[in-house]
Amino acid sequence: MTESKERLRRTMMFVPGNNPGMVKDAGIYGADSIMFDLEDAVSMTEKDAARDLVFEALHTVDYGDAELVVRINGLDTPYYQNDIKAMVKAGIDVIRLPKTESAEMIQQLEAEVVKAEEQFNLPVGSTHLMAAIESAKGVLNAPEIAAASDRMIGIALSAEDYTTDMKTHRYKDGRELEFARNMVLHAARAAGIAAFDTVFTNMDDVDGFKRETEYIHQLGYDGKSLVNPRQIPMVNAIYAPSKKEIKDAQNVIAAIEAAHQKGSGVISMNGQMVDRPVVLRAERVMRLAKASHLVDQEGNYIEK
Amino acid sequence: MEIKKTALAGTLESSDIQIMLSKGTNGIQIDLDSEVAKSFGDDIRRVITTVLTDFNITDVNVKAVDKGALDCVIKARTIAAAQRALDTVNEPAWEVL
Repeated sequence: MTESKERLRRTMMFVPGNNPGMVKDAGIYGADSIMFDLEDAVSMTEKDAARDLVFEALHTVDYGDAELVVRINGLDTPYYQNDIKAMVKAGIDVIRLPKTESAEMIQQLEAEVVKAEEQFNLPVGSTHLMAAIESAKGVLNAPEIAAASDRMIGIALSAEDYTTDMKTHRYKDGRELEFARNMVLHAARAAGIAAFDTVFTNMDDVDGFKRETEYIHQLGYDGKSLVNPRQIPMVNAIYAPSKKEIKDAQNVIAAIEAAHQKGSGVISMNGQMVDRPVVLRAERVMRLAKASHLVDQEGNYIEK
Repeated sequence: MEIKKTALAGTLESSDIQIMLSKGTNGIQIDLDSEVAKSFGDDIRRVITTVLTDFNITDVNVKAVDKGALDCVIKARTIAAAQRALDTVNEPAWEVL
């Protein structure tokens, strides 16, 4: 559980669930999380076929270390229960509920997941959950939603539906999303889970994508939902720590080790006290550095 | 078992396979169209036959147009077509999946 909550989630790539070519290749782009979509990317007449396809792919294709997520159809659709059963049986890591508006929706989902885990003789608790926030109500209830279940690993803002609900649309500067972005992020942090920013769909506007990613990185988001694999290296570059950040983190970690060896409770570095937040940040920097291939297995900085 | 109606699943896009099932009387008859039929035809036929047998479908005509599908795709499309043909889309056959 801890491992699953602490992993890096810089990139969550959307993969249309009924497209065999994209489903089979989804693992080759290095996304931290792969999200197979059974919802909006699949037409009504193909819901069953997409579910079968994702199920069989999950059983066969090697997706490496990526976290595997599936976006099921919503509570108010006839596909909801069979989507849950199939994905639990397939051993998916995370089920993502669209259009989440209340903690009850997550609790209801959890009850269905428990039933499915029991039906297919899987350990109860093995399937994690996440929520997509796509409305004003969802944003205002985000803190309860994020804390609705121990299975929750993250919440994501989905801006297309949200801006429609807010009687606006998406602008280049993203000011219409300011409140929602901060609310979702705070809800995630308060619950100790991950926060994912919304997709950026205009593939031609590379500068806009970079600007938006830098902004959500600054806010503190774990990462971003993506619609195109070309966006993965761009996000990773923005999340890669600088040489100075890595050196500082290494010094912090060395200082902790030195203090542990001396049996000293208080850790100081360059005459300054190193407290818990500094240590946690250093550990995250080193995880990012490893994922960005900026340090070797032993944690030594690799000079370019 | 016989199927209830003609059903189709899958597309003609790359990496996919389109499977059409229609009523038959002479066992499982597979008409396969694939660029790799020479090398993989038997494998493709075997995957399709296994799935249909798992559904207890004994008499059916299969038209399969392969566009380079992996085994898991062939299996998934055959399952979807079988459930559509048997009119059991809303009750997935968990023991076959």
